[in-house]
Amino acid sequence: MSIRGQAYIAGIYEHPTREAKDKSAAELHVESARGALADAGLGLKDIDGYFYAGDGPGALSLANHMGLRLKHLDTTDCGGSSYILHVGHAAEAIAAGKCRVALITLAGRPRSDPSFGATMRAQNAAAPEYAFEAPYAPATANMYALAAMRHMHEFGTTSEQLAWVKVAASHHAQWNPNAVLKEVVSVADVLGSPIIASPLHRLDCCVISDGGGAIIVAAPEIANALKRPRVRIRGAGEATKHQLGGRIDLTFSAARWSGPAAFAEAGVTPADMKYASIYDSFTITVVMQLEDLGFCAKGAGGRFVADGNLISGQGRLPFNTDGGGLCNNHPSNRGGLTKVIEAVRQLRGEAHPKVQVKNCDLAVASGIGGSLATRHTSATVILERV
Amino acid sequence: MAERTIPAPKSDPETEPFWEGARRGKLMLKRCRTCGEAHYYPRPLCPFCLGETDWIEARGTGTIYSFSTMQRAPVPYAIAYVTLDEGVTMMTNIVDCDFDALAVGQRVSLVVKPSESGQPVPMFTPTQAAS
Repeated sequence: MSIRGQAYIAGIYEHPTREAKDKSAAELHVESARGALADAGLGLKDIDGYFYAGDGPGALSLANHMGLRLKHLDTTDCGGSSYILHVGHAAEAIAAGKCRVALITLAGRPRSDPSFGATMRAQNAAAPEYAFEAPYAPATANMYALAAMRHMHEFGTTSEQLAWVKVAASHHAQWNPNAVLKEVVSVADVLGSPIIASPLHRLDCCVISDGGGAIIVAAPEIANALKRPRVRIRGAGEATKHQLGGRIDLTFSAARWSGPAAFAEAGVTPADMKYASIYDSFTITVVMQLEDLGFCAKGAGGRFVADGNLISGQGRLPFNTDGGGLCNNHPSNRGGLTKVIEAVRQLRGEAHPKVQVKNCDLAVASGIGGSLATRHTSATVILERV
Repeated sequence: MAERTIPAPKSDPETEPFWEGARRGKLMLKRCRTCGEAHYYPRPLCPFCLGETDWIEARGTGTIYSFSTMQRAPVPYAIAYVTLDEGVTMMTNIVDCDFDALAVGQRVSLVVKPSESGQPVPMFTPTQAAS
C-alpha cells in the first residue's frame, strides 16, 4: 500500500507567540488545534484521529482537555522530526480507513520555563548508554558540533559556508513579523558571534522560543469539499540512525534513508522540488540533510549552500522561507511542525510575497529528531499542490 | 584552572566489570564469541548478531574521530569521539591538554579521572601534537 495521493493537508496553524509567559503548554496545544481547524474550515467534531509526540502533558490529557473523540491515536515520539513523521503516519491511517480527519499538535515553553530545555534534553537515566555518555557532558550543541567538526575534516567544509545557512534564513525572516530574529545578518556576523561548542557559533544555533502549532490531515473526499487550496501528500519516508555498535560515522544522517524512500514513493526527484523546508536546529544540520536528501553530492553541502543559494528569489533552492528555526521559531525545541507549515504555505501561494516561490507545485519537508551525533530519526515528506 | 565536576556513572551488574576496570586504570571492552566483533558501549549480547560476549582489555590508545570544545559552560571542556585501536569509537572527554591545539586524527591515550562519587571514568589525553 502506498500513501501517494491518499490524504491532504487541509489545515495549518503556527501560533504567533514566541514568548508565552501567561499561557500553559496545554492551552497552546488547544489554541493551535483551533487555529488549524479554522484554517481548514472544519470543526472539533470532525477530528477522529490524533497525533501527538512527547511535548506536553500527554496524549490522553490533551484529548480530554480538547474534547477529542478519537478512533485513532498515535503517540510516536522521535523528537523534533515527530511532526513530519506524523504527517506520513496520518496519511497511512487515512489510507487504511482508520480515521478521516487527523489532528497533529505541538506546543511548549522552553523560553519561559528555563528548566524546560534541561528536562527535555536530559538523558534518560534508565537508558543503557546513559552511564557511558552522561559523565562526558553531551549537550545539544556539542553533539551537533561533533558532526560539524568531522564534516570539516572530511570534506573541507568551512565555518563561512555554514554561516550562509543562517544568512539565508535571516534574509527570509526579515519579512516575518512574528520571527524572533528579524535582522538580516552577514557571514561576518555569524563568524563574529561567540563560539558555543566549537566549531559552532551562537548564530549557527536555532532560537529558543515558546509556541506551538497544528496540522490537519484529511481524507480526499473531505479535502475536496473544503474551500482552501489543496495540498496533497505524495510520499513519506522515515529512518532511524544510531551509534551502530560503536562504528560511529558522523558524515551522514538518517535522511540518507528517509529521503530516497519519500522521493521513491512520490515518484519525483530532488531536482523536481521548487522549495525545501529543512529542519535547521543548527546550520550543519541543513548542510548534511541537503547532501543526504540528494540535493548535492556527499561532502558538497558546504559549497551548495554558499553564496545565497538557499535565498528565495536568488538561489537555486529556496529553503525555510519563514526564517526557519534559526531565525523565526523553534517551539518546544522541536522544529518539525513548522517545516511542514511553511511548505504548505508555499504550495498554497500563501507565503510572504517577498519570499513566495513562483509556481510552487512540489515541495519537500525533512527533519532530524534526536541528536545528530548519537541517536536520531529522520522524517521526510513530499507535498504537492493539486 | 577549575575542574569540571564529572557526574558519577551508574554501574549495573552487566557493566560493573567496565567500571571495575576503570578503577584499575584500564579500559574494558566487549567482543562477541560468535562473530568476533568488538562493540561499544559494552553489552551482554552483541549488537551485530546477538551472540554472547566476553570482556577484553583495550590497549587504551586511539585517535580523535571528532571533538568539540564546549565554551558555553562554567568550565569549558572537550567532548570527543575517539576511535580505539580495537576499531570501535567511544564518546569521551579529552583532558590535560590545550583545547585550542586539538585536532581530528590526533593520537590519544587513556587516563582515568574521578567522578563525583570517586568512581574513575575513562578519558583520553593527546600523546602527539596536532599535525
